[in-house]
Amino acid sequence: MAPQKLTFFHPDQDQQKSLHLVQEGISAGFPSPADDFKELRISIDQEVVRNEEATFYARVSGESMQGAGLDDGDLLVIDRSMEPQHDKIAICYIDGEFTVKRLKVVSDAVFLMPENPKYQPIKVTEENELIIWGIVTYVVKKL
Amino acid sequence: MFALVDCNNFYASCERVFQPQWEGKPVVILSNNDGCVIARSNEAKALGIPMGAPAFQYRSFFKQKGVCVFSSNYPLYGDMSSRVMSILEQYTPNVEIYSIDEAFLQFKGFDLFDLQAEGQRMRKQVRRWTGIPVSVGMAPTKALAKIANKIAKKFEVKTGGVYCIDTEGKRIKALKWTAIGDVWGIGRQHRKRLEAMGVTNAWQFTLLPDDWIRKQMSVLGLRLKKDLQGIPSIQLEEVQPLKKGIATTRSFEGTLTDFSDIEERLSTFASSCAEKMRKQGSSCTALLIFLRSDPHKKGATLYRNSCVLTLPYATNSSIVLSKYAVLGLRKIFKEGIHYKKAGVMIMGLVPTATRQLPLFGGEEVKHLAVMQALDRIHKRFGPHQMKLANQDLQRTWKMKQEHLSQRFTTEINEIITVK
Repeated sequence: MAPQKLTFFHPDQDQQKSLHLVQEGISAGFPSPADDFKELRISIDQEVVRNEEATFYARVSGESMQGAGLDDGDLLVIDRSMEPQHDKIAICYIDGEFTVKRLKVVSDAVFLMPENPKYQPIKVTEENELIIWGIVTYVVKKL
Repeated sequence: MFALVDCNNFYASCERVFQPQWEGKPVVILSNNDGCVIARSNEAKALGIPMGAPAFQYRSFFKQKGVCVFSSNYPLYGDMSSRVMSILEQYTPNVEIYSIDEAFLQFKGFDLFDLQAEGQRMRKQVRRWTGIPVSVGMAPTKALAKIANKIAKKFEVKTGGVYCIDTEGKRIKALKWTAIGDVWGIGRQHRKRLEAMGVTNAWQFTLLPDDWIRKQMSVLGLRLKKDLQGIPSIQLEEVQPLKKGIATTRSFEGTLTDFSDIEERLSTFASSCAEKMRKQGSSCTALLIFLRSDPHKKGATLYRNSCVLTLPYATNSSIVLSKYAVLGLRKIFKEGIHYKKAGVMIMGLVPTATRQLPLFGGEEVKHLAVMQALDRIHKRFGPHQMKLANQDLQRTWKMKQEHLSQRFTTEINEIITVK
Protein backbone atom coordinates (compact mmCIF):
# COMPACT_ATOMS: atom_id res chain seq x y z
CA MET A 1 0.00 0.00 0.00
CA ALA A 2 1.32 3.40 -0.85
CA PRO A 3 2.06 5.54 2.20
CA GLN A 4 -0.59 8.14 2.68
CA LYS A 5 0.38 11.72 3.17
CA LEU A 6 -1.07 12.91 6.41
CA THR A 7 -1.74 16.49 7.29
CA PHE A 8 -2.10 17.34 10.95
CA PHE A 9 -4.35 20.12 12.00
CA HIS A 10 -3.66 22.08 15.12
CA PRO A 11 -6.02 24.17 17.13
CA ASP A 12 -5.27 27.82 16.66
CA GLN A 13 -4.53 28.90 20.20
CA ASP A 14 -3.64 32.38 19.20
CA GLN A 15 -6.95 33.68 18.00
CA GLN A 16 -9.24 33.72 20.93
CA LYS A 17 -12.85 34.62 20.63
CA SER A 18 -14.38 35.48 23.92
CA LEU A 19 -17.70 33.85 24.58
CA HIS A 20 -20.28 34.60 27.15
CA LEU A 21 -19.92 32.39 30.13
CA VAL A 22 -23.34 31.09 30.88
CA GLN A 23 -23.37 30.61 34.58
CA GLU A 24 -26.00 28.15 35.38
CA GLY A 25 -25.94 24.45 35.82
CA ILE A 26 -25.10 22.79 39.08
CA SER A 27 -24.86 25.79 41.38
CA ALA A 28 -27.53 25.86 44.05
CA GLY A 29 -28.78 29.39 43.45
CA PHE A 30 -31.62 30.49 41.27
CA PRO A 31 -30.54 30.45 37.58
CA SER A 32 -30.29 33.85 35.96
CA PRO A 33 -33.51 34.54 34.05
CA ALA A 34 -31.44 36.51 31.50
CA ASP A 35 -29.28 33.60 30.39
CA ASP A 36 -31.54 32.63 27.53
CA PHE A 37 -31.66 36.17 26.23
CA LYS A 38 -27.99 37.06 26.00
CA GLU A 39 -27.08 38.95 22.84
CA LEU A 40 -23.89 40.43 21.44
CA ARG A 41 -23.07 43.91 22.63
CA ILE A 42 -23.63 46.76 20.19
CA SER A 43 -20.63 47.59 18.06
CA ILE A 44 -20.25 50.82 16.09
CA ASP A 45 -18.14 48.91 13.57
CA GLN A 46 -21.05 46.70 12.65
CA GLU A 47 -23.24 49.70 12.07
CA VAL A 48 -20.93 51.81 9.92
CA VAL A 49 -18.91 49.19 8.03
CA ARG A 50 -20.95 47.55 5.31
CA ASN A 51 -18.12 46.03 3.28
CA GLU A 52 -15.07 45.49 5.38
CA GLU A 53 -12.80 44.97 2.36
CA ALA A 54 -13.83 48.26 0.77
CA THR A 55 -13.84 50.43 3.90
CA PHE A 56 -11.13 53.02 4.46
CA TYR A 57 -10.83 56.04 6.70
CA ALA A 58 -9.77 59.65 6.22
CA ARG A 59 -9.30 62.72 8.40
CA VAL A 60 -10.86 66.06 7.42
CA SER A 61 -8.58 69.04 7.19
CA GLY A 62 -10.18 72.46 6.68
CA GLU A 63 -13.72 73.82 6.58
CA SER A 64 -14.82 73.46 2.96
CA MET A 65 -17.60 71.04 3.86
CA GLN A 66 -18.77 72.62 7.10
CA GLY A 67 -22.31 72.96 5.76
CA ALA A 68 -22.55 69.19 5.38
CA GLY A 69 -21.39 68.70 8.97
CA LEU A 70 -17.80 67.80 8.12
CA ASP A 71 -15.54 69.79 10.41
CA ASP A 72 -11.80 70.06 10.70
CA GLY A 73 -10.43 66.93 12.39
CA ASP A 74 -13.48 64.73 11.83
CA LEU A 75 -13.03 61.09 10.91
CA LEU A 76 -14.68 59.94 7.69
CA VAL A 77 -15.76 56.40 6.87
CA ILE A 78 -15.27 55.72 3.17
CA ASP A 79 -16.90 52.91 1.23
CA ARG A 80 -15.13 52.29 -2.07
CA SER A 81 -17.66 49.71 -3.17
CA MET A 82 -20.37 52.32 -3.75
CA GLU A 83 -20.88 53.74 -7.22
CA PRO A 84 -20.29 57.49 -7.47
CA GLN A 85 -23.60 59.29 -7.92
CA HIS A 86 -24.94 62.79 -8.15
CA ASP A 87 -25.38 64.38 -4.73
CA LYS A 88 -23.13 61.91 -2.87
CA ILE A 89 -20.23 63.18 -0.80
CA ALA A 90 -17.07 61.72 -2.27
CA ILE A 91 -13.35 61.57 -1.63
CA CYS A 92 -11.78 62.78 -4.85
CA TYR A 93 -8.23 62.96 -5.97
CA ILE A 94 -7.78 65.95 -8.21
CA ASP A 95 -4.61 67.65 -9.37
CA GLY A 96 -2.37 65.95 -6.86
CA GLU A 97 -4.56 66.32 -3.80
CA PHE A 98 -7.25 64.46 -1.88
CA THR A 99 -10.38 66.46 -1.32
CA VAL A 100 -13.86 65.79 0.03
CA LYS A 101 -16.74 67.40 -1.85
CA ARG A 102 -20.30 66.78 -2.90
CA LEU A 103 -20.62 65.49 -6.47
CA LYS A 104 -22.79 67.47 -8.82
CA VAL A 105 -23.39 65.87 -12.19
CA VAL A 106 -25.12 68.09 -14.75
CA SER A 107 -25.82 67.22 -18.38
CA ASP A 108 -22.20 67.17 -19.54
CA ALA A 109 -20.04 68.27 -16.65
CA VAL A 110 -19.02 67.28 -13.15
CA PHE A 111 -18.64 69.76 -10.34
CA LEU A 112 -17.08 69.23 -6.94
CA MET A 113 -19.22 71.32 -4.64
CA PRO A 114 -17.96 72.67 -1.32
CA GLU A 115 -20.52 73.40 1.38
CA ASN A 116 -19.13 76.64 2.68
CA PRO A 117 -19.74 79.99 0.95
CA LYS A 118 -16.07 80.87 1.37
CA TYR A 119 -15.07 78.16 -1.10
CA GLN A 120 -15.59 77.97 -4.86
CA PRO A 121 -17.03 74.96 -6.68
CA ILE A 122 -14.47 73.07 -8.76
CA LYS A 123 -15.48 72.40 -12.33
CA VAL A 124 -13.85 69.23 -13.57
CA THR A 125 -12.53 69.74 -17.09
CA GLU A 126 -10.64 67.44 -19.38
CA GLU A 127 -7.35 68.90 -18.20
CA ASN A 128 -7.99 67.81 -14.64
CA GLU A 129 -7.07 64.34 -13.59
CA LEU A 130 -9.92 63.23 -11.42
CA ILE A 131 -10.21 60.02 -9.47
CA ILE A 132 -13.36 59.47 -7.48
CA TRP A 133 -11.66 57.51 -4.75
CA GLY A 134 -14.61 56.53 -2.58
CA ILE A 135 -17.95 57.58 -1.15
CA VAL A 136 -18.25 58.98 2.36
CA THR A 137 -20.84 57.03 4.32
CA TYR A 138 -20.38 58.24 7.89
CA VAL A 139 -18.65 61.00 9.79
CA VAL A 140 -17.33 60.51 13.31
CA LYS A 141 -16.77 63.62 15.32
CA LYS A 142 -15.57 64.34 18.80
CA LEU A 143 -17.77 66.66 20.80
CA MET B 1 -11.56 25.06 -13.95
CA PHE B 2 -8.87 26.90 -12.06
CA ALA B 3 -8.17 30.60 -12.00
CA LEU B 4 -4.96 32.25 -10.92
CA VAL B 5 -5.55 35.79 -9.75
CA ASP B 6 -2.37 37.80 -9.47
CA CYS B 7 -2.04 41.42 -8.33
CA ASN B 8 -0.09 43.51 -10.83
CA ASN B 9 3.11 44.92 -9.30
CA PHE B 10 1.46 44.48 -5.93
CA TYR B 11 3.68 46.56 -3.63
CA ALA B 12 3.85 49.46 -6.07
CA SER B 13 0.08 49.25 -6.59
CA CYS B 14 -0.55 49.41 -2.82
CA GLU B 15 1.49 52.59 -2.58
CA ARG B 16 -0.31 54.11 -5.55
CA VAL B 17 -3.76 53.59 -4.05
CA PHE B 18 -2.95 56.17 -1.40
CA GLN B 19 -0.57 58.27 -3.46
CA PRO B 20 -2.18 58.35 -6.90
CA GLN B 21 0.34 60.93 -8.15
CA TRP B 22 2.68 57.98 -8.82
CA GLU B 23 0.25 56.38 -11.24
CA GLY B 24 2.05 55.91 -14.56
CA LYS B 25 5.44 56.82 -13.06
CA PRO B 26 8.36 54.55 -12.16
CA VAL B 27 8.11 53.22 -8.60
CA VAL B 28 10.49 50.90 -6.73
CA ILE B 29 10.19 49.35 -3.29
CA LEU B 30 13.27 48.61 -1.18
CA SER B 31 13.88 45.67 1.14
CA ASN B 32 14.04 45.95 4.92
CA ASN B 33 16.66 48.51 5.87
CA ASP B 34 16.43 50.02 2.39
CA GLY B 35 19.02 47.57 1.09
CA CYS B 36 17.96 46.65 -2.41
CA VAL B 37 15.06 46.79 -4.86
CA ILE B 38 12.46 44.08 -4.21
CA ALA B 39 9.54 45.32 -6.30
CA ARG B 40 9.16 47.49 -9.37
CA SER B 41 6.35 49.08 -11.32
CA ASN B 42 6.20 48.44 -15.07
CA GLU B 43 7.71 51.85 -15.71
CA ALA B 44 10.66 51.02 -13.42
CA LYS B 45 11.15 47.71 -15.21
CA ALA B 46 11.18 49.57 -18.52
CA LEU B 47 14.02 51.74 -17.21
CA GLY B 48 16.07 48.58 -16.84
CA ILE B 49 16.26 48.58 -13.03
CA PRO B 50 16.96 44.94 -12.12
CA MET B 51 15.43 43.04 -9.22
CA GLY B 52 17.82 43.19 -6.26
CA ALA B 53 19.55 46.37 -7.44
CA PRO B 54 21.50 47.78 -4.44
CA ALA B 55 19.85 51.06 -3.45
CA PHE B 56 23.06 52.91 -2.71
CA GLN B 57 24.42 52.20 -6.19
CA TYR B 58 21.27 53.43 -7.88
CA ARG B 59 20.66 56.53 -5.78
CA SER B 60 21.68 59.04 -8.44
CA PHE B 61 20.01 57.03 -11.20
CA PHE B 62 16.71 57.13 -9.29
CA LYS B 63 17.03 60.87 -8.85
CA GLN B 64 17.95 61.50 -12.45
CA LYS B 65 15.07 59.44 -13.85
CA GLY B 66 12.50 60.63 -11.31
CA VAL B 67 11.97 57.18 -9.84
CA CYS B 68 9.83 57.19 -6.73
CA VAL B 69 11.45 55.12 -3.97
CA PHE B 70 9.55 53.51 -1.09
CA SER B 71 10.76 51.57 1.93
CA SER B 72 8.76 48.37 2.30
CA ASN B 73 5.57 48.99 4.24
CA TYR B 74 4.50 45.46 5.20
CA PRO B 75 1.62 46.47 7.47
CA LEU B 76 0.05 48.18 4.44
CA TYR B 77 0.77 45.38 1.95
CA GLY B 78 -0.47 42.72 4.38
CA ASP B 79 -3.75 44.49 4.96
CA MET B 80 -4.37 45.21 1.28
CA SER B 81 -3.59 41.58 0.49
CA SER B 82 -6.14 40.28 2.95
CA ARG B 83 -8.76 42.61 1.49
CA VAL B 84 -8.11 41.27 -2.01
CA MET B 85 -8.16 37.65 -0.83
CA SER B 86 -11.41 38.00 1.04
CA ILE B 87 -13.08 39.54 -2.02
CA LEU B 88 -11.90 36.56 -4.07
CA GLU B 89 -13.40 34.22 -1.51
CA GLN B 90 -16.82 35.55 -2.44
CA TYR B 91 -16.50 33.93 -5.85
CA THR B 92 -15.82 30.35 -4.83
CA PRO B 93 -15.35 28.47 -1.57
CA ASN B 94 -12.20 26.78 -2.95
CA VAL B 95 -9.36 29.25 -2.65
CA GLU B 96 -5.67 28.66 -2.17
CA ILE B 97 -3.78 31.77 -1.10
CA TYR B 98 -0.53 31.10 -2.86
CA SER B 99 1.43 34.17 -1.82
CA ILE B 100 0.87 37.72 -0.63
CA ASP B 101 -0.33 38.72 -4.09
CA GLU B 102 -1.56 35.52 -5.77
CA ALA B 103 -4.41 33.11 -5.23
CA PHE B 104 -5.66 30.02 -7.01
CA LEU B 105 -9.43 29.67 -7.25
CA GLN B 106 -11.13 26.46 -8.21
CA PHE B 107 -14.50 26.53 -9.90
CA LYS B 108 -16.38 23.30 -9.43
CA GLY B 109 -19.82 23.01 -10.95
CA PHE B 110 -19.57 26.32 -12.75
CA ASP B 111 -20.04 24.73 -16.19
CA LEU B 112 -22.98 26.91 -17.01
CA PHE B 113 -21.20 30.09 -16.03
CA ASP B 114 -19.41 32.33 -18.46
CA LEU B 115 -16.06 32.22 -16.68
CA GLN B 116 -14.55 34.92 -18.85
CA ALA B 117 -17.27 37.28 -17.68
CA GLU B 118 -16.82 36.06 -14.11
CA GLY B 119 -13.12 36.92 -14.36
CA GLN B 120 -13.92 40.40 -15.58
CA ARG B 121 -16.35 40.90 -12.72
CA MET B 122 -13.72 39.79 -10.24
CA ARG B 123 -11.13 42.09 -11.71
CA LYS B 124 -13.48 45.04 -11.71
CA GLN B 125 -14.63 44.46 -8.14
CA VAL B 126 -11.12 44.11 -6.71
CA ARG B 127 -10.05 47.26 -8.54
CA ARG B 128 -13.07 49.26 -7.44
CA TRP B 129 -13.10 48.09 -3.82
CA THR B 130 -9.40 48.13 -3.06
CA GLY B 131 -7.76 50.05 -5.91
CA ILE B 132 -5.49 47.10 -6.71
CA PRO B 133 -5.27 45.99 -10.37
CA VAL B 134 -5.28 42.22 -10.89
CA SER B 135 -4.85 39.83 -13.82
CA VAL B 136 -6.84 36.63 -14.10
CA GLY B 137 -5.73 33.47 -15.91
CA MET B 138 -8.15 30.58 -16.29
CA ALA B 139 -7.56 27.01 -17.42
CA PRO B 140 -8.47 23.41 -16.60
CA THR B 141 -5.30 23.00 -14.46
CA LYS B 142 -3.19 25.07 -12.10
CA ALA B 143 -0.05 25.03 -14.24
CA LEU B 144 -2.03 26.19 -17.26
CA ALA B 145 -3.81 28.86 -15.20
CA LYS B 146 -0.36 30.22 -14.32
CA ILE B 147 0.44 30.51 -18.02
CA ALA B 148 -2.96 32.01 -18.83
CA ASN B 149 -2.29 34.61 -16.19
CA LYS B 150 1.04 35.54 -17.80
CA ILE B 151 -0.76 36.01 -21.11
CA ALA B 152 -3.48 38.13 -19.51
CA LYS B 153 -0.84 40.35 -17.95
CA LYS B 154 1.43 40.60 -20.96
CA PHE B 155 -1.37 41.42 -23.39
CA GLU B 156 -3.51 43.40 -21.00
CA VAL B 157 -5.04 45.68 -23.63
CA LYS B 158 -6.05 42.84 -25.90
CA THR B 159 -7.27 40.44 -23.22
CA GLY B 160 -8.76 42.99 -20.86
CA GLY B 161 -6.67 41.43 -18.12
CA VAL B 162 -8.51 38.09 -18.25
CA TYR B 163 -7.41 35.13 -20.35
CA CYS B 164 -9.01 31.73 -20.50
CA ILE B 165 -7.30 28.66 -21.94
CA ASP B 166 -10.42 26.70 -22.77
CA THR B 167 -9.69 25.04 -26.11
CA GLU B 168 -6.99 22.65 -27.27
CA GLY B 169 -5.84 25.22 -29.84
CA LYS B 170 -5.36 27.91 -27.21
CA ARG B 171 -3.52 25.48 -24.96
CA ILE B 172 -0.99 24.52 -27.62
CA LYS B 173 -0.48 28.09 -28.70
CA ALA B 174 0.07 29.18 -25.10
CA LEU B 175 2.55 26.38 -24.40
CA LYS B 176 4.56 27.20 -27.50
CA TRP B 177 4.68 30.82 -26.39
CA THR B 178 5.99 29.96 -22.90
CA ALA B 179 9.77 29.66 -22.49
CA ILE B 180 10.73 26.57 -20.50
CA GLY B 181 12.34 28.68 -17.76
CA ASP B 182 9.04 30.50 -17.19
CA VAL B 183 7.09 27.32 -16.50
CA TRP B 184 5.85 27.08 -12.93
CA GLY B 185 8.14 24.74 -11.00
CA ILE B 186 11.00 24.55 -13.50
CA GLY B 187 14.05 25.80 -11.64
CA ARG B 188 17.39 26.93 -12.98
CA GLN B 189 18.98 23.50 -12.91
CA HIS B 190 16.17 21.81 -14.82
CA ARG B 191 16.00 24.68 -17.25
CA LYS B 192 19.67 24.36 -18.13
CA ARG B 193 19.39 20.65 -18.68
CA LEU B 194 16.22 20.87 -20.75
CA GLU B 195 17.57 23.69 -22.89
CA ALA B 196 20.71 21.69 -23.56
CA MET B 197 18.44 18.95 -24.93
CA GLY B 198 16.71 21.43 -27.20
CA VAL B 199 13.59 21.75 -25.05
CA THR B 200 13.10 25.51 -25.02
CA ASN B 201 9.36 25.90 -24.57
CA ALA B 202 6.60 24.33 -22.52
CA TRP B 203 5.09 22.59 -25.55
CA GLN B 204 8.28 20.62 -26.20
CA PHE B 205 8.38 19.66 -22.53
CA THR B 206 4.96 17.99 -22.79
CA LEU B 207 6.28 15.82 -25.65
CA LEU B 208 9.02 14.23 -23.51
CA PRO B 209 8.36 10.62 -22.53
CA ASP B 210 6.83 10.04 -19.08
CA ASP B 211 9.59 7.65 -18.02
CA TRP B 212 12.33 10.13 -18.72
CA ILE B 213 10.61 12.92 -16.81
CA ARG B 214 9.86 10.71 -13.82
CA LYS B 215 13.44 9.54 -13.69
CA GLN B 216 15.03 12.96 -14.10
CA MET B 217 12.54 15.19 -12.34
CA SER B 218 10.68 12.84 -9.99
CA VAL B 219 6.95 12.48 -9.80
CA LEU B 220 6.61 16.25 -9.40
CA GLY B 221 7.91 16.74 -12.94
CA LEU B 222 5.47 14.17 -14.22
CA ARG B 223 2.57 15.88 -12.48
CA LEU B 224 3.66 19.13 -14.07
CA LYS B 225 3.63 17.52 -17.52
CA LYS B 226 0.11 16.14 -17.01
CA ASP B 227 -1.04 19.52 -15.72
CA LEU B 228 0.36 21.25 -18.80
CA GLN B 229 -1.45 18.68 -20.94
CA GLY B 230 -4.69 19.77 -19.37
CA ILE B 231 -5.10 16.79 -17.03
CA PRO B 232 -5.55 18.16 -13.48
CA SER B 233 -2.71 16.67 -11.42
CA ILE B 234 -1.64 19.43 -9.05
CA GLN B 235 -4.27 19.87 -6.36
CA LEU B 236 -5.53 22.97 -4.67
CA GLU B 237 -3.99 23.42 -1.23
CA GLU B 238 -6.66 25.19 0.68
CA VAL B 239 -5.05 24.64 4.05
CA GLN B 240 -1.71 26.35 4.26
CA PRO B 241 0.89 23.78 5.20
CA LEU B 242 2.93 24.74 8.24
CA LYS B 243 5.96 26.76 7.34
CA LYS B 244 8.96 24.53 6.93
CA GLY B 245 11.50 27.27 7.33
CA ILE B 246 11.47 30.27 9.63
CA ALA B 247 14.21 32.83 9.62
CA THR B 248 14.93 36.31 10.84
CA THR B 249 17.87 37.98 9.17
CA ARG B 250 18.75 41.65 8.91
CA SER B 251 21.37 43.92 7.49
CA PHE B 252 22.48 46.43 10.10
CA GLU B 253 22.04 50.09 9.43
CA GLY B 254 25.76 50.72 9.88
CA THR B 255 28.30 48.06 10.76
CA LEU B 256 28.78 46.42 14.15
CA THR B 257 32.09 45.30 15.63
CA ASP B 258 31.25 44.69 19.26
CA PHE B 259 30.44 41.20 20.53
CA SER B 260 27.72 42.46 22.86
CA ASP B 261 25.99 44.40 20.08
CA ILE B 262 25.80 41.35 17.87
CA GLU B 263 24.83 39.19 20.82
CA GLU B 264 21.90 41.50 21.37
CA ARG B 265 20.89 41.26 17.71
CA LEU B 266 21.08 37.48 17.52
CA SER B 267 19.17 37.10 20.74
CA THR B 268 16.45 39.32 19.34
CA PHE B 269 16.36 37.37 16.07
CA ALA B 270 16.12 34.08 17.96
CA SER B 271 13.26 35.38 20.09
CA SER B 272 11.47 36.57 17.00
CA CYS B 273 11.84 33.13 15.38
CA ALA B 274 10.57 31.51 18.57
CA GLU B 275 7.56 33.78 18.52
CA LYS B 276 6.80 32.88 14.91
CA MET B 277 7.02 29.19 15.81
CA ARG B 278 4.68 29.57 18.76
CA LYS B 279 2.22 31.33 16.49
CA GLN B 280 1.94 28.34 14.20
CA GLY B 281 2.32 25.72 16.92
CA SER B 282 5.76 24.43 15.92
CA SER B 283 8.96 23.68 17.75
CA CYS B 284 12.42 23.24 16.31
CA THR B 285 15.26 20.83 16.87
CA ALA B 286 18.11 22.87 15.43
CA LEU B 287 19.05 26.40 14.49
CA LEU B 288 21.57 28.00 12.22
CA ILE B 289 23.17 31.35 12.88
CA PHE B 290 25.27 33.31 10.45
CA LEU B 291 27.39 36.45 10.33
CA ARG B 292 28.69 38.43 7.40
CA SER B 293 30.99 41.41 7.00
CA ASP B 294 30.25 44.32 4.72
CA PRO B 295 31.12 43.25 1.16
CA HIS B 296 30.91 46.79 -0.19
CA LYS B 297 33.37 48.29 2.28
CA LYS B 298 36.68 48.73 0.54
CA GLY B 299 39.82 47.54 2.32
CA ALA B 300 37.97 45.79 5.16
CA THR B 301 38.53 42.09 5.82
CA LEU B 302 35.85 39.92 4.27
CA TYR B 303 34.46 37.38 6.65
CA ARG B 304 31.42 35.18 6.65
CA ASN B 305 30.66 32.21 8.77
CA SER B 306 27.77 30.20 10.08
CA CYS B 307 27.14 27.36 12.45
CA VAL B 308 24.38 24.91 13.14
CA LEU B 309 23.37 24.13 16.70
CA THR B 310 21.47 20.99 17.47
CA LEU B 311 19.14 21.33 20.39
CA PRO B 312 18.80 18.53 22.94
CA TYR B 313 15.02 18.60 22.58
CA ALA B 314 12.41 20.25 20.38
CA THR B 315 11.46 23.64 21.74
CA ASN B 316 10.00 27.02 20.89
CA SER B 317 11.10 28.81 24.04
CA SER B 318 12.70 32.19 23.35
CA ILE B 319 14.95 31.67 26.33
CA VAL B 320 16.44 28.38 25.09
CA LEU B 321 16.81 29.55 21.50
CA SER B 322 18.45 32.79 22.51
CA LYS B 323 20.87 30.88 24.73
CA TYR B 324 21.91 28.60 21.89
CA ALA B 325 22.16 31.46 19.40
CA VAL B 326 24.62 33.21 21.68
CA LEU B 327 26.51 29.95 22.18
CA GLY B 328 26.88 29.72 18.42
CA LEU B 329 27.99 33.30 18.16
CA ARG B 330 30.84 32.58 20.61
CA LYS B 331 32.04 29.92 18.19
CA ILE B 332 32.12 32.03 15.05
CA PHE B 333 32.65 35.60 16.26
CA LYS B 334 35.95 37.16 15.25
CA GLU B 335 37.31 40.45 16.59
CA GLY B 336 38.06 43.36 14.32
CA ILE B 337 35.49 42.62 11.64
CA HIS B 338 32.91 45.14 10.49
CA TYR B 339 29.77 43.04 10.52
CA LYS B 340 26.95 44.05 8.23
CA LYS B 341 24.44 41.24 8.44
CA ALA B 342 23.44 38.46 10.79
CA GLY B 343 20.58 36.04 11.04
CA VAL B 344 18.97 33.10 12.72
CA MET B 345 17.32 30.30 10.77
CA ILE B 346 15.22 27.59 12.31
CA MET B 347 15.63 24.00 11.19
CA GLY B 348 13.95 20.73 11.91
CA LEU B 349 10.48 22.08 12.54
CA VAL B 350 8.05 19.73 14.22
CA PRO B 351 4.51 20.28 15.47
CA THR B 352 4.70 21.13 19.17
CA ALA B 353 1.74 18.92 19.98
CA THR B 354 3.37 15.77 18.64
CA ARG B 355 7.03 16.48 19.31
CA GLN B 356 9.33 13.83 20.75
CA LEU B 357 9.84 14.40 24.44
CA PRO B 358 13.24 13.67 25.97
CA LEU B 359 13.48 10.86 28.50
CA PHE B 360 15.76 12.68 30.92
CA GLY B 361 15.84 16.35 31.69
CA GLY B 362 14.31 18.32 28.88
CA GLU B 363 12.60 21.60 28.90
CA GLU B 364 12.08 23.64 31.99
CA VAL B 365 8.32 23.39 32.34
CA LYS B 366 8.08 26.95 33.56
CA HIS B 367 9.17 28.20 30.13
CA LEU B 368 5.86 27.26 28.61
CA ALA B 369 3.96 29.45 31.03
CA VAL B 370 6.47 32.27 30.70
CA MET B 371 6.25 32.20 26.91
CA GLN B 372 2.46 32.19 27.00
CA ALA B 373 2.52 35.20 29.29
CA LEU B 374 5.04 36.93 27.02
CA ASP B 375 2.91 36.35 23.93
CA ARG B 376 -0.15 37.65 25.68
CA ILE B 377 1.63 40.80 26.83
CA HIS B 378 2.86 41.44 23.30
CA LYS B 379 -0.58 40.92 21.89
CA ARG B 380 -2.15 43.31 24.33
CA PHE B 381 0.46 46.03 24.64
CA GLY B 382 2.25 45.74 21.32
CA PRO B 383 5.40 43.90 20.31
CA HIS B 384 8.80 44.43 21.95
CA GLN B 385 7.30 45.55 25.25
CA MET B 386 9.04 42.79 27.14
CA LYS B 387 12.39 41.31 26.29
CA LEU B 388 14.99 38.88 27.54
CA ALA B 389 17.73 40.35 29.69
CA ASN B 390 20.36 40.03 26.99
CA GLN B 391 18.24 42.11 24.67
CA ASP B 392 18.47 45.85 24.96
CA LEU B 393 15.32 47.53 26.25
CA GLN B 394 16.54 51.05 25.63
CA ARG B 395 17.93 50.49 22.23
CA THR B 396 15.13 50.18 19.76
CA TRP B 397 16.74 48.74 16.69
CA LYS B 398 14.99 50.81 14.15
CA MET B 399 15.11 49.68 10.62
CA LYS B 400 16.42 52.12 8.11
CA GLN B 401 13.24 53.20 6.39
CA GLU B 402 13.88 56.58 4.90
CA HIS B 403 11.15 56.35 2.32
CA LEU B 404 8.38 54.78 4.36
CA SER B 405 4.81 55.67 3.49
CA GLN B 406 2.10 55.82 6.13
CA ARG B 407 0.23 52.80 7.47
CA PHE B 408 -2.92 54.11 5.82
CA THR B 409 -5.15 51.18 6.77
CA THR B 410 -3.84 49.90 10.09
CA GLU B 411 -3.00 53.01 12.13
CA ILE B 412 -5.66 55.61 12.83
CA ASN B 413 -3.11 58.42 13.14
CA GLU B 414 -1.70 57.73 9.69
CA ILE B 415 -4.85 57.71 7.53
CA ILE B 416 -5.15 60.04 4.54
CA THR B 417 -6.23 63.63 5.11
CA VAL B 418 -8.73 65.30 2.82
CA LYS B 419 -9.27 69.01 2.33
